[in-house]
Amino acid sequence: MSLDSATVRRIASLARIRLEDDELSRMQAEINGILGWIEQLQAVDTEGVEPMAGGSPVGQVQARLRPDAVTDGDRAEQVLANAPDRMGAWFGVPKVVE
Amino acid sequence: MHPTDFTLAGALAALEEGAISSVELTQAHLDGIAKLNPRLNAYITVTAEKALAQAAESDARRKRGEARALEGIPLAIKDLFCTAGTETTAGSRILKGFVPPYESTVSQKLLDDGAVFLGKANLDEFAMGSSNTTSAAGPVENPWSRANDPDTRLVPGGSSGGSAAAVAARMALGATATDTGGSIRQPAAFCGIAGIKPTYGRCSRFGIVAFASSLDQAGPVARTVEDCALLLTSMAGFDPKDSTSADIAVPNFAAACRRGVKGLRIGVPKEYRLDGLAPEIGALWDQGLAWLREQGAETVEISLPHTKYALPTYYIVAPAEASSNLARYDGVRFGSRVTEPGSDLRDLYERTRAAGFGAEVKRRIMIGTYVLSAGYYDAYYLKAQKIRALIRRDFEEAFKQVDAIVTPATPSAAFGMDEKQDDPVTMYLNDVFTVTANLAGLPGLAVPAGLDGQGLPLGLQVIGKAFDEESVFAVGHAIERAANFTAAPGLRAGA
Amino acid sequence: MTYTIEGRTGPWELVIGLEVHAQVISQSKLFSGAATAFGAEPNSQVSFIDAGFPGMLPVINQECVAQAVRTGLGLNAKVNLWSRFDRKNYFYADLPQGYQISQFAHPIIGEGAVEITLADGTVKSIGITRLHLEQDAGKSLHDQHPSKSFIDLNRSGVALMEIVSEPDMRSPEEAGAYLSKLRQILRYLGTCDGNMDEGSMRADVNVSVRKAGEGYRTRCEVKNVNSIRFVMQAVEAEARRQIEVWEDGGEVVQETRLFDTSRGTTRSMRSKEDAHDYRYFPEPDLPPLVLESDWVEALKAALPELPDARRARYVAMGLSPYDAHVLTLEKETAVFFEAVAKGRDAKTVANWLTGDFFAHLNKRGVGIEESPVPAADLGALIDLIADKTINGKIAKDVLEIMFEEGKTPAAIVEARGLKQVTDTGAIDAAVDKVLAANAGQVEQYKAGKVTLFGFFVGQTMKALQGKGNPALVNEVLKAKLGG
Ligand SMILES: [Mg+2]
Ligand SMILES: [Zn+2]
Repeated sequence: MSLDSATVRRIASLARIRLEDDELSRMQAEINGILGWIEQLQAVDTEGVEPMAGGSPVGQVQARLRPDAVTDGDRAEQVLANAPDRMGAWFGVPKVVE
Repeated sequence: MHPTDFTLAGALAALEEGAISSVELTQAHLDGIAKLNPRLNAYITVTAEKALAQAAESDARRKRGEARALEGIPLAIKDLFCTAGTETTAGSRILKGFVPPYESTVSQKLLDDGAVFLGKANLDEFAMGSSNTTSAAGPVENPWSRANDPDTRLVPGGSSGGSAAAVAARMALGATATDTGGSIRQPAAFCGIAGIKPTYGRCSRFGIVAFASSLDQAGPVARTVEDCALLLTSMAGFDPKDSTSADIAVPNFAAACRRGVKGLRIGVPKEYRLDGLAPEIGALWDQGLAWLREQGAETVEISLPHTKYALPTYYIVAPAEASSNLARYDGVRFGSRVTEPGSDLRDLYERTRAAGFGAEVKRRIMIGTYVLSAGYYDAYYLKAQKIRALIRRDFEEAFKQVDAIVTPATPSAAFGMDEKQDDPVTMYLNDVFTVTANLAGLPGLAVPAGLDGQGLPLGLQVIGKAFDEESVFAVGHAIERAANFTAAPGLRAGA
Repeated sequence: MTYTIEGRTGPWELVIGLEVHAQVISQSKLFSGAATAFGAEPNSQVSFIDAGFPGMLPVINQECVAQAVRTGLGLNAKVNLWSRFDRKNYFYADLPQGYQISQFAHPIIGEGAVEITLADGTVKSIGITRLHLEQDAGKSLHDQHPSKSFIDLNRSGVALMEIVSEPDMRSPEEAGAYLSKLRQILRYLGTCDGNMDEGSMRADVNVSVRKAGEGYRTRCEVKNVNSIRFVMQAVEAEARRQIEVWEDGGEVVQETRLFDTSRGTTRSMRSKEDAHDYRYFPEPDLPPLVLESDWVEALKAALPELPDARRARYVAMGLSPYDAHVLTLEKETAVFFEAVAKGRDAKTVANWLTGDFFAHLNKRGVGIEESPVPAADLGALIDLIADKTINGKIAKDVLEIMFEEGKTPAAIVEARGLKQVTDTGAIDAAVDKVLAANAGQVEQYKAGKVTLFGFFVGQTMKALQGKGNPALVNEVLKAKLGG
């Protein structure tokens, strides 16, 4: 499968990465190189195989549940401290039109 | 003996005997960093003042008879671990200036055991790379060089290249690292040191900048297998803050190193004998197996039939998870932001991420976004997860016959900083021997076993059963003892 | 009769499905230990997990899971013992992680059903497709600054249940009835406070239109409608818009829209342009959610009585279906009713509650849970009538004074001397006086104008300052007039 430049643009847009025109063809070639290499997987017979989700080596583990208690929060200063555009008690972004 | 030449275990003994203080030990390492880091670039941030203060506190504690397991030991922390009050960048422009108000569980455990942090080790950006050339803080240089070509600067491997280079060059007694596809074992092998990626779930991922959540594991690098064991004993353990952390007791890994290999069955996967495997590496592998047999182990040929699909599988799963994990870097709550006058929110995201991420990270985000996108999920991501299940099954089958598996750690020795840079796939092939353990979630250890014809270190890899790091340490230690690897890089503190 | 909207080309049917987001009642968030209370200072109930900081990981809150299971049981739905969280990827200012942790492929609750009762008494079953757990996003404020939006992450990570219905509704009324029934059930269960003003419940309304006998046409989703009335209005407005598009020869395109409450119309949502490609995949930070069947059984055993069962019980107690309906609409009302009705005549209590008592609450604009008159006092008032201390007419006045002054009925009756007159001597005297003063009317009565009896009762009660025992007054009057 080979991606055309419009698809590369669409993916970049989905990923919110601005692509300058001169980057596009290089990115397209690299991605197509990688996808071409990955293509060999289609040859593997995976009929009836349960997909492995998550990284556990010991088969099916299950989520642990924590008790419902307030143990965090009340740290607005720390939460806001790294903000590039802090507006008082809020994070600031360019105005969003819904 | 120069204080930076201690092994970690040796330093602990010297501290205990009062032969040296933590302040002296820490200062010696800081001096080494001051001398070598401008060239090697193994550290992004050096926290000299903090380190000396910690060391002084540590000495006082030891005097009071309250020494802990790693009391006074100076370490490097990969800049992927969030450290409270110290800038944490993940080697990316996008996290420039980010000072976490929290400490990762693994680094906290080391602090709780008395370790001293010298600073934050360089890495490939967001741990994506096998050469440590993608960091926003610039590339790391391997302290080793070729005997016949000393001017060519070599890569330390990646992504934990800063950690490995710092330890090899005696700029730290040990370091934390992380391994998603080989990022502990490959740089350890390239730098002539040991490193272990434990079983998935053994170390908490809490507070470690995520690359690919189902593959990422923290582990140590150090100059000996035993030093790795000491560090891992401290780093590992159940953490309720990580839902994938295993609630399994942490054994004494250092003790396991001394178990020996008598009676162990060692698997030798035939599929790892790749066409065109460097003869030196093939020979070292055979040598390693011979050493194990000499010490009473039995070697058995096994088959891991899906091995050849491991790398392409990895290059679907890891970028897919990464594309999602890296969505939070959007210039709103932390890190850098790039806008133009009149930028709307979308433009802010796109400019921030275009400027903040390097080429390799962007490439992987693009691949990951594509393989998850509408209409392609089944063909790529789901397919990869199924093959991943087959790879895990291969190991399950193999481990019915053997106690551990031994393979080469890397397909080559360290390469030049401007080699293998043109084509991403060529670079990806570095992890061909290591990536299977990540996909299956199994522990893998790299141990230095010899030198190639140009005097560069080569490593062997030991892969173990899930949560059986003890056998891995036993086998690794046996190889190490037989190899008697005493070579040291030309660039090192105290030299 | 199928509800239709008349277009230029004839009648159109409506097909409506609802996705309701209900905020789970819990102390802390779905994946973090930050608090969930409404109305806190901006960003004060935010953990680094909720703010999507590097290296932060989710851990599931057990109570949120229990609440989803309770809700599933209350909706007669299938509880899936194995479910899983997935990531839904999209960029948005108030979505800090760049993805929402939700349940896409394997929800915790499967198919169920809700019965709604329409104004004409028809009962209809609305299918539930699924219920899944997910985290809420933060909140953007757009009116604080001329060129910026402000982000508050207090809501970020709060547990939501997304309850998806089948496209079983066919009119605005049915949509409204479904949403109010759902709200009622959740409030009875205590799994969601149903407070739509505070955003605890929001509905995404899926609407399409069709001609009779057709299959489904393209639907549009009207997002985040936050009152039952607006849901009904949005259904109607969106249906009318689509009818116009079809009748103009156009094609309705599937999209997300927003209901403009001031204009009463829907408009396209520009910000949802990537809505078709969420790139769902299993959340690698969370192993699957596996429930023990014993645990589910224990939750089931501890489930409170639900509105339908309660209503049936009230009818069995002798209440009219209408009173039973009114008294079970809100759990608080039912609880109040039962507190008063304990050991008293249920029908009398229901009459008092649905009549004067509700009128007084309405006048004051307060709900029954804030009633200034406690259940015990209303009970005491009813007892005073039963034991003939006061008559019913006086009791109405006493209730008003109870609302105004907050005193017990006994104290009011005592202080104001409102005990009814049961002394026949006093009643005799009053009757004699009335008959003497109205000789003309007495004559007419005796001549056959028996409707004047009421007049004599009124006059006698007036003479007794309203405190006469009505039965005795009647008795004495009858005796003297009929004599
Ligand atoms: Mg929806
Ligand atoms: Zn939802």
